Amino acid sequence: MLSLLSSESSLSSFLFLFLIPCLFIIGLIKIKAARDDGDNKKRDEGTFVVREEELQRELMPRHVAFILDGNRRWAKRAGLTTQQGHEAGAKRLVEIAELCFELGIHTVSAFVFSTENWRRDKIEVDNLMSLIQHYRKSDIEFFHRSEIRVSVIGNKTKIDESLLQENHEIEEATKGYKNKHLILAVDYSGRFDIMHACKSLVKKSEKGLIREEDVDETLIERELLTNCSDFPSPDLMIRTSGEQRISNFFLWQLAYTELFFSPVLWPDFDKDKLLEALASYQRRERRFGCRV
Amino acid sequence: MAELPGQIRRMSGGISQLIEQIYGFSRRCLFRVISMGPIPSHLAFIMDGNRRYAKKHGLEDGSGHKAGFSALMSMLQYCYELGIKYVTIYAFSIDNFRRQPEEVQSLMDLMLEKIKSLLEKESIVHQYGIRVYFIGNLALLNDQVRAAAEKVMKTTAKNSRVVLLICIAYNSTNEIVQAVKKSCINTSDNMEASGNYKHEDRDSDIEGTDMENQEKRIQLVDIEENMQMSVAPNPDILIRSSGETRLSNFLLWQTGNTQLFSPAALWPEIGLRHLLWAVLNFQRNHSYLEKRKKQL
Repeated sequence: MLSLLSSESSLSSFLFLFLIPCLFIIGLIKIKAARDDGDNKKRDEGTFVVREEELQRELMPRHVAFILDGNRRWAKRAGLTTQQGHEAGAKRLVEIAELCFELGIHTVSAFVFSTENWRRDKIEVDNLMSLIQHYRKSDIEFFHRSEIRVSVIGNKTKIDESLLQENHEIEEATKGYKNKHLILAVDYSGRFDIMHACKSLVKKSEKGLIREEDVDETLIERELLTNCSDFPSPDLMIRTSGEQRISNFFLWQLAYTELFFSPVLWPDFDKDKLLEALASYQRRERRFGCRV
Repeated sequence: MAELPGQIRRMSGGISQLIEQIYGFSRRCLFRVISMGPIPSHLAFIMDGNRRYAKKHGLEDGSGHKAGFSALMSMLQYCYELGIKYVTIYAFSIDNFRRQPEEVQSLMDLMLEKIKSLLEKESIVHQYGIRVYFIGNLALLNDQVRAAAEKVMKTTAKNSRVVLLICIAYNSTNEIVQAVKKSCINTSDNMEASGNYKHEDRDSDIEGTDMENQEKRIQLVDIEENMQMSVAPNPDILIRSSGETRLSNFLLWQTGNTQLFSPAALWPEIGLRHLLWAVLNFQRNHSYLEKRKKQL
């Protein structure tokens, strides 16, 4: 019986092995060699419309993380400059964050700027930094009105003093709000976060506050930059633009996070796409290693 | 007349052998074509879906894992034939200890049996010259399994063609904690050896410099070196079967830039087509990723 099954599957694989090369030769299947072919048709495939009523409020994730990928490609496709792409991305972030809070999600975190992004063009980096600064200033009333707590996490050593100062002011001004939390990861790297947690533990053990033998996962988690949040580990992480990588965003924190990869570019990620991601999350069975 | 069924059986056995050989030959030809492009050097697998497979086919509880093991052997064969040097598999998580005791025990028994079988002459280890590492908190395993694992590691230590890393009693967060502890011990050993380390001088001015030096000494490189997975480069592709898209505390540190791939097939159903699809996608994104790596 088993040999029959295996010979059937080997027959089907055998057919598959011959068909694929033949189809390549005929030219019916083409593998794209370049990434930026502008294959716009594929962007929206696999998405379907979900109505808000179909989602269950009690199954909403408490913390959703976003990797905002695709601004530059979106700008190229629309014939705009990179800077305009990032501006569209920033607007989209504020909209999506607002939507999330309306749907009952407590914490929203966003990968705004990675440590690896410093390698980009100086002009682009400077523009990005001034964009971040601009949004800090203009949105402060919005944050107060909507009672959103804002935290900015990351390696603060390379950032301009003035931007750091403003970030600090916003954090102080909004720290009293409990129900909605927006975390912006600027100059953040998952490995840096873990390293930084370990270093502060080493410092503490030097001061005699903890013993080296006591160092365990809980202690490290408490020293991570996400310790400003009530829910440091995201329940759902969404990455746009179709890339299926973490790119050194939260590493420790994503241990049990459900990942959702959306093919659309970030400035196109609207309410429908968000609802689709949440619907996918609500359908998933989270077992944490044990339940069947 | 009585000989006919026997003859038919022999013929059909011969035909299926012939088909297997043709299949193997065409597979190797296909691999030759694919290896014209870049091949990942390290592939990782999360072997999820064995229990659901058993349920789906109405089999008894342990058979899902057994079917999973044969699927694993096939996948390893394909990977090594394709030229992938490192393969890592997530065999048993520390979280899995929280399952029903009977299931944990049967898994341990199965693992003991399979680990021992790796030492046999006809096993895949000898066929491909595999060096085997067992990664994880081995102290959590029972004595028999741990002893068998250590024996396999010792016996295969001289092999160097390809490497198989089996993550057993493993959690990425646990691995990081162990690496941190080891780095702390190493640096305090170094400091004691150089005579700088003084517990008593807490209030003196030397404390400031000592702490700075201590901080500088624990670098990214220290923690990475002390990770158990440092024997292999970071994975290029991570394949998780059964359609779940999450990492489940597997290789969190190492998969910062890894391509993630989650086919819907349950682990025992995984086949050559999934591997090919993952590799072809890897090849498509490879030039872009190489350009980015050069920038870093």
